[in-house]
Amino acid sequence: MKKTNVEEINRNIYDIKNEDKYEFKIRKGLTPDIIAEISNQKQEAEWMREFRLKALEVYNSLELPTWGPDLSELNMDEIATYVKPKSKLNSSWDDVPDDIKNTFESLGIPEAERKSLAGVGAQYDSEVVYHSIKEELVKQGVIYTDMETAVRDYPELVKPYFMKCVSVRDHKFVALHGAVWSGGSFVYVPKGVKVDIPLQSYFRLNSPEAGQFEHTLIIVDEGASLQFVEGCSAPKYNKVNLHAGCVELYVKDNAYLRYSTIENWSKNMLNLNTKRAIVGKNAQVDWVSGSFGSKISMLYPMSILNGEGAKTEFTGISFAGKGQNLDNGFKVVHNAPNTSSVIDGKSISKNGGTCTYRSLVRISENAKNSKCSVSCESLMLDSLSKSDTIPVNDIRTDDVEFSHEAKIGKISDKTIFYLMSRGLSEEDAKAMIVRGFAYPISKELPIEYAVEMNNLINLELEGAIG
Amino acid sequence: MNNTLLDIRDLYVNAEGQEILKGLNLKINKGEVHIVMGPNGAGKSTLAHSILNNPTYEKENGEIIFEEEDITDSKTDEIARKGIFMSFQLPEEIPGVSVTNFLKYARNKMTGKPVRLMPFKEEIRGYMEQLDINPSNMERNLNVGFSGGEKKKNEILQMLVLNPKLAILDETDSGLDVDAIRTVSKGIQMYKNDENAVLIITHNAKILENLKVDYVHILVDGKIVKTGTEELAGQIEKEGYGKYKLE
Repeated sequence: MKKTNVEEINRNIYDIKNEDKYEFKIRKGLTPDIIAEISNQKQEAEWMREFRLKALEVYNSLELPTWGPDLSELNMDEIATYVKPKSKLNSSWDDVPDDIKNTFESLGIPEAERKSLAGVGAQYDSEVVYHSIKEELVKQGVIYTDMETAVRDYPELVKPYFMKCVSVRDHKFVALHGAVWSGGSFVYVPKGVKVDIPLQSYFRLNSPEAGQFEHTLIIVDEGASLQFVEGCSAPKYNKVNLHAGCVELYVKDNAYLRYSTIENWSKNMLNLNTKRAIVGKNAQVDWVSGSFGSKISMLYPMSILNGEGAKTEFTGISFAGKGQNLDNGFKVVHNAPNTSSVIDGKSISKNGGTCTYRSLVRISENAKNSKCSVSCESLMLDSLSKSDTIPVNDIRTDDVEFSHEAKIGKISDKTIFYLMSRGLSEEDAKAMIVRGFAYPISKELPIEYAVEMNNLINLELEGAIG
Repeated sequence: MNNTLLDIRDLYVNAEGQEILKGLNLKINKGEVHIVMGPNGAGKSTLAHSILNNPTYEKENGEIIFEEEDITDSKTDEIARKGIFMSFQLPEEIPGVSVTNFLKYARNKMTGKPVRLMPFKEEIRGYMEQLDINPSNMERNLNVGFSGGEKKKNEILQMLVLNPKLAILDETDSGLDVDAIRTVSKGIQMYKNDENAVLIITHNAKILENLKVDYVHILVDGKIVKTGTEELAGQIEKEGYGKYKLE
């Protein structure tokens, strides 16, 4: 994969479709039997099996959300929730079966691993097929492994945290996740250890009419720091695929975590993902999020600032094209004094795409002397496209600095004329404006991902203009 | 050899349903500096935008020939790549795109050749020094938060970097203080040679003080009503456009 030249983009890389080969694919639908069978396949501990069955009960007791995009086309009787790939978990790419390895190679994962990552996890359908971590991190006590291994080998680290930050009662799809979760990454960074080079997990869903439900659990212990990057993609199928992952981040006192995502699911994907961080005293979590794919996305990462002086920054962009309805945003809860949050949400819609920015800011009574600034900006590339902003601000103390700014705009003909008078074609001019609009987000990403994001923007714009 | 760069013949242009240019003729040869002066609303900016075929303006009649090629209906970017540049009265702001990256990209589009960053930066730095532009502006977002004067100087910088055959300066001097006008004149002198040409659109004669001008045209009500030399500008300065309006 060419990651250095923005001009040369191969649009096919995300769409490589492998034959649907698998070791085991659970029958479609959602029953206690099916859940028990997934648990059997995984040969997991009894507590986890019980957890899954309880989560299924919760799932059955909850209704679909009454707000946001219409999810009625999702029929769980048509989705296989567990697809075990024809590969065990490997620590060398040479051992990964060729078709799977080639997919990750064309996505640039092994190359990025050699150049700029301290560890990589690669999931294919429901299981992680490759995991690696640099030896020097292991020596410092850093754990980076797939979630199943973590449940088996580190129960004392997993059990107190697993689905405690995000409860299965939170909403229907996180209950579903609790019942059928599979794969994902576990990271533990011990006290005071700084992981300066990012770890990256990549999630690839190849199987049609299937779901991916990876669970990511990260614990950054006191005074430690970590950068984590996740990427995801899938080839396009005619029928609906479902992604209902869950990300739980624990950022302990004085710790730092940066969590970056480049999401490029195929446009038959319903992305109903849940991400949340609990942030301790003087700790900080930063979210960077680029959302390009999916037919429908409902994604609102959340920071809970529980410790005094805790901070969070959210920088996110959504890009919705034809047939896409991206309902994304951010939530923050200020639960302690002197906490601060900076939220910068951007969206681009074109060719009839819909982008909604939905946010919640809650500042509790005891969060004295806290600061929150929210800015959201939308760009519509044509008159077919839609953009909306739905902020909810619940502020329960007077002793705060709060600002909120929202802008919705279109690319002006004057600006296009100005750039064309400098020799740029209309397409080049629009792409430059859009890249510039997205720059505050892309500059927060590691360089290869910034280039990838620009590639995705160019790719999205190719079909949009003319 | 034909020495003519631009030849505008009997041009009629409408904007927002109103007839603005009403049979305008103008010929510019290589090596010449032309000034078009006229009162507000005479069609000065319309002329500049029409040469670059801004789609907001509708051409009703006439033709624009550039180096013997009819560019009347060509796309703006094609016209630009043929070698016509326009300095905007109100340059647009482009958030998220630095001056350097923008210039590099535009140079690449104009020449079709890759631009090597380091020598290119040196080149820009040289121009900036001459134009009295703070070198830190290289990394600023194009025109974002620039003062009026900074924006105008940046237009001149772009002209130098893109090195067109014909530079049209639309009210580049308006709103500038004496020093800034002098800097703009200096930029024009740096650019000017025997092979290219300048068309300056203005409503005051200040900018002429530091420039050698070949022709001064008076544009009133969509037509060039008089063409003369530098003295004509001085005359307008004293008397205004009143007498041309009556004719």
